[in-house]
Amino acid sequence: MTEQMTSKSAAAIDRAKAQGRAALIGYLPAGYPDVQSSIDAGIAMARNGADLIEIGIPYSDPVMDGAVIQAATTEAIANGFRVASVFDVVAGITAATDAAVLVMTYWNPVMRMGVDEFSRRLAEAGGAGLITPDLIPDEAAEWFAASDKYGLDRVFLVAPSSTPERLAMTVEASRGFVYAVSIMGVTGTRQSVSSSAEKLVADTHAAGAERVCVGLGVSNADHVREIAAYADGVIVGTALVAAIRDGGVDAVAQLTKNLSAGLGRATAQA
Amino acid sequence: MVDASTANSQENVADAFLQGGASLRNAAGPYFGSYGGRWMPESLIAALDEVEDTFEKAKADPEFLAQLKDLNKNYSGRPSLLTEAKRFSQHAGGARIFLKREDLNHTGSHKINNVLGQALLAKRMGKTRVIAETGAGQHGVASATAAALLGLECVVYMGAEDCRRQALNVARMQLLGATVVPVTNGSQTLKDAINDALRDWVSNVDTTHYLLGTAAGAHPFPAMVRFFHEVIGEEARAQILEQTGKLPDAVCACIGGGSNAIGIFHSFLDDASVKIYGFEAGGDGVETGRHAAAITLGRPGVLHGARSYLMQDEDGQTIESHSISAGLDYPSVGPEHSYLADIGRVTYEPITDTEAMDAFRLLCRTEGIIPAIESSHALAGAIKVGKLLTEGKENPADTVIIVNLSGRGDKDVETAAAWFDMLDEDGNVKGTTLSTRKPKGPSERSNLEISIEEASEDQN
Ligand SMILES: Cc1ncc(COP(=O)(O)O)c(C=O)c1O
Repeated sequence: MTEQMTSKSAAAIDRAKAQGRAALIGYLPAGYPDVQSSIDAGIAMARNGADLIEIGIPYSDPVMDGAVIQAATTEAIANGFRVASVFDVVAGITAATDAAVLVMTYWNPVMRMGVDEFSRRLAEAGGAGLITPDLIPDEAAEWFAASDKYGLDRVFLVAPSSTPERLAMTVEASRGFVYAVSIMGVTGTRQSVSSSAEKLVADTHAAGAERVCVGLGVSNADHVREIAAYADGVIVGTALVAAIRDGGVDAVAQLTKNLSAGLGRATAQA
Repeated sequence: MVDASTANSQENVADAFLQGGASLRNAAGPYFGSYGGRWMPESLIAALDEVEDTFEKAKADPEFLAQLKDLNKNYSGRPSLLTEAKRFSQHAGGARIFLKREDLNHTGSHKINNVLGQALLAKRMGKTRVIAETGAGQHGVASATAAALLGLECVVYMGAEDCRRQALNVARMQLLGATVVPVTNGSQTLKDAINDALRDWVSNVDTTHYLLGTAAGAHPFPAMVRFFHEVIGEEARAQILEQTGKLPDAVCACIGGGSNAIGIFHSFLDDASVKIYGFEAGGDGVETGRHAAAITLGRPGVLHGARSYLMQDEDGQTIESHSISAGLDYPSVGPEHSYLADIGRVTYEPITDTEAMDAFRLLCRTEGIIPAIESSHALAGAIKVGKLLTEGKENPADTVIIVNLSGRGDKDVETAAAWFDMLDEDGNVKGTTLSTRKPKGPSERSNLEISIEEASEDQN
């Protein structure tokens, strides 16, 4: 993993590790239902146990997202969300908390603004880096240059289908952490955590990754507990989006608190 | 507009390119200039590699090629005819217009060429299920057909809006044993159907091949889909040489994602004397913003796995496209076309709904052929090209133009009846009780009930 510069995400994960636990990463889309609510909800997540915050940019064609996140981001766009507001959300959360704030985005909005310009503004807002669900390292030359220039984390994804060669290449390309997709599928809550996740985390560690966080389908404290036993961080998305949809910022705070209860190492819990 | 000065300057760039000894026809991907690539989730990369590997091996396997050739001949009915449209030609400045009759293929369009090839690959990969997106329904029908033929399960994603526009094709797919899933996200058209097909693929990749219907998407799809359609251009080239003793002056095709076009262009790309034109859907007119002219008015971006021209707003959000033709209603285009546009080898122009429908009626009445509305865009373009190339010529009939007639218009009869005001206020063909169950006008949306399952369970 590229570690020649300090990584805000890595630092946040390491703080959790120093407390003997995995990190909690909470996802919400920017501008849902409006920009101020996103800031408030991000702060609420950070104050209730989230170590890293992942802010999604609503996009017209979110092929990695299931119905709940699609509905939320479609509504955000219908409500007039503009991509540049994501920097306000990032700045609002980083100003009020210590959480590392990453932006999760499909690639076209970044390309449209200009990769350098987007990166400059994200760094200026205090952002930690980008999670890029439809950008693989093979296509990321511009993003390598910009992320190095502005000191941003590059969080690429690995999947149960990734070959050993691709795992090694992706680990090498990533900075901050590697995002392990727990299952072959799209975002959404699921009954149980896929058994493929643990093997993928082990393989990704073995490929040289210091920090591997697991996402997709994680929705309750039991899931968090199960994953925290083997991963460096646990990523929750759809469940939080459903919470803000049904109960607003208070529900987000409550759910984050519940989820963070699952964070201790399973062995330490027993 | 098709105008002589740009046509000439572009020709010069292409000339220079070809005279440099470079061949354009066999670009293998993943990149076409700066276009193409794989802007895709990591989860799907292994599947794309498997498709690429299987395709590369099959392409070099005489047994596979023989199997495909046999299906093309004895199942699809290839070679398709090249028909001179003598009466239609009189409306195109007197240039001789020849129609490459993909409308005569089994299932009624060029789509079958690609589908048979990919369905054979799916079998080779040991997949038991194919999924497809469809706009006009032609690719869905072709996919359902190939799946029935080869014993594969088939699920077709189709925008709910397109299900209404092409209800007949929904029924055809169901008759063939396929499941049609109406897509209610976004603009409810082709791009949203592709999104849902990709979501299905990522969730079921072990058993499932995504049978993408056009020369777009992530590598290897653009190069692979082109390969399966190259037969169109190979036949057309031999047929025009046989019928006229020379290469054509121009080749015209309509552009949705660009598969029928790249299939016929392929054989002529390296012949600098042949002008090549692609006609995009201009909808209500490109100045209205309601169109699907990605190359004419888009700018490069990434959608569905490829970097290409894309209709997008200032934020990089995809802009919904509009066209009377469901098969052209797509806001991007295959990456090879973006490249051919940039280097000036192919000229891309928009054709409005009105121009296309005028050409549609003209072909019906002059040649006794009802074309697909998609293909009517190429016909309308050919009229312009014919007039341009024959301007001031003593013998206009020396000018030879091939139009790829990509499909037949049976599926479009209802849309055309509405467009030409053939319906009474109940939607019946005037003077009959024959209901077309279609919207009253070209831009009105209907609230028709169609008996297909509602968008089924969400995938979570
Ligand atoms: C008859 C016909 N022509 C053309 C198209 C456009 O697709 P492409 O540009 O891939 O040929 C379609 C798509 O549905 C079609 O049905």
